[in-house]
Amino acid sequence: MNLFVVAPVIVPLFSAAVLLLLRHSQGAQRVLATLSTVASVVVAAVLMAQVSSGGIQVVQFGGWTAPFGISFVADHLSAVMVLIASVMALASAVYALRDIDPERERSGFHPLFQVLLVGINGAFLTGDLFNLYVWFEVLLISSFVLLTLGGRRAQLEGGIKYVSVNLLSSMLFLAAIGLLYGLTGTLNMADLAVELRHQDPGLVTTIAMLFMVAFGIKAAVFPLFFWLPASYHTPPIAISAFFAGMLTKVGVYALMRVFTLLFTGDVGYTHTILLWVGAFTMVSGVLTAAAQSDVRKILSFHIISQIGYMIMGLALYTPLALAGAVFYLIHNIVAKANLFLIAGIARRLTGSFDLGRIGGLFKAAPFLSALFLIAALGLAGIPPLSGFWAKLLVVLAALEAGVWWIAAVALGVGLLTLFSMTKIWQYAYWKPAPDDAPVGAAPSRLFYAPVVGLAALTVLLGLWSTPLIGVADAAAAELLDPSRYVGAVLGPEAAASLRAVLEASLGGDQ
Amino acid sequence: MNSLILRTTTMLLITILLLFSVFLLLRGHDLPGGGFIGGLTAAAAVALYVLAFGAQAANDMVRVRPRALLGVGLTAAVAAGLIAVLFGTPFLTGHWLIIDLPGSAEVKLSTVLLFDVGVYLVVVGTVLTMLFALEGQ
Repeated sequence: MNLFVVAPVIVPLFSAAVLLLLRHSQGAQRVLATLSTVASVVVAAVLMAQVSSGGIQVVQFGGWTAPFGISFVADHLSAVMVLIASVMALASAVYALRDIDPERERSGFHPLFQVLLVGINGAFLTGDLFNLYVWFEVLLISSFVLLTLGGRRAQLEGGIKYVSVNLLSSMLFLAAIGLLYGLTGTLNMADLAVELRHQDPGLVTTIAMLFMVAFGIKAAVFPLFFWLPASYHTPPIAISAFFAGMLTKVGVYALMRVFTLLFTGDVGYTHTILLWVGAFTMVSGVLTAAAQSDVRKILSFHIISQIGYMIMGLALYTPLALAGAVFYLIHNIVAKANLFLIAGIARRLTGSFDLGRIGGLFKAAPFLSALFLIAALGLAGIPPLSGFWAKLLVVLAALEAGVWWIAAVALGVGLLTLFSMTKIWQYAYWKPAPDDAPVGAAPSRLFYAPVVGLAALTVLLGLWSTPLIGVADAAAAELLDPSRYVGAVLGPEAAASLRAVLEASLGGDQ
Repeated sequence: MNSLILRTTTMLLITILLLFSVFLLLRGHDLPGGGFIGGLTAAAAVALYVLAFGAQAANDMVRVRPRALLGVGLTAAVAAGLIAVLFGTPFLTGHWLIIDLPGSAEVKLSTVLLFDVGVYLVVVGTVLTMLFALEGQ
């Protein structure tokens, strides 16, 4: 029994329970909420270390062996996602200490935020499809309440769009789960990985497409992304930033999981669709961003555009491409959330998110400008920041796989991303403030702590990228060899039988 | 709603509903029932009281804040899972404490029951939070 596999879920869940009891003491709530995210980072780091040294870690809940009980599985991909989710939760929680008003705190901001982390970590760790659905619901419900907390008109409007589209996705997901269960009689992912190889490939591919649409909505890929820019700019920045960093990435993670472990029977069909989806996502996101003038909307559309790169990595389905996708995930979560946090500070300094109404930040806040440049250039992929390696890996993978056009698209979109970032720089930082600019106030120093930390991470991942590339490589190797996941959950016999089936199908192709 | 018939029957029904909810909770160990459905039944009893006597009276009757129930329930459920960890078994493994009573009777207390009680409280807390919020508007 390895406690650290379940700890990333238990720590925030337990804190949420205690936070509910501490409703009247906001001071105690703040301390506990911050400590809880620190503890989450610690247990996630221990889990990451264990996975790096000891391979895939598995826990069978209640001692019920797979495939009868629920398994929690931590491979490299899960562990690194849990770690980054906890780090982002810590950054947002610290930022929230000053950003969230007492009214929202009284309405339960702190416990809800912990429950959101529970849902995200649970989704990354579970090895059971129905359990994954449950975690998706946990994070959907808590994120919906966080989105609408405060009850302003724009929030409710965005919240309704967010929740209705996401419920549609959940319904498709549930229907697909039902079909899979009817087909195979199991929902344990490792067991499914073995069972699906013995099923009618046409049926399996049909179900795979249902999963693609369901997770595609969560991940906000083309053409299912419209809910995201409608809602992400409405809540306070601490919440927006965490959503922007993490929520769509849970969808990307789910796509990566099922389209490497379960649905690899007809890669030529499913992954080609994914490749086109990735390309359209990149292009449509970045073009729409260019037309916006609210900083948060520009950033929201860039979330979509950047998702395209990760989907592209998954679609290419080579070791280098998957490693690139994992690296891209981590880099993008850090850079994107940080841009939101910086936009929040800029908003406090200048009084507005609208690029047309603000300016002069370079003169007023040179330190903030430097932080913005790090995050923005990191996002655009300028060396030596983290985005450079992320883009380099996926583009190299595309060239290696001989898919020239997607490499060209990726590079072109990178240029347009740089254009968008330059636009924010030009308007908010470089040009003098207009005469009728709204008045801002000096923000608390505490706001800078998470921003500096995340900017340092962007630089660090760029200058010293070897450890993360190592983790991404290991994750890619695990994703491309499902028998390792199956072996860890179901034992060596099942892994051997899966390997035999995979080898037989390879032999059949030749 | 000011109705003598509703108020009188509510006073009769609420006892039965609450007892039945505990019955469902305990029965759920081996048979259909459990914390979730038991919690819903208990919440339905309070909902009936709200209809008959109003939210304020129901609030006074329940005495504790629904959110506290939620917190206690969640704590109990997580604690039930962690007890298994203290025994060195996987999270959420069932452990039993059997108390012999005079005669040949025995009482079985288990972490499974604690978990179900936690679920019961979470469900009651959640439904009542929503109910009182809706009534308050």
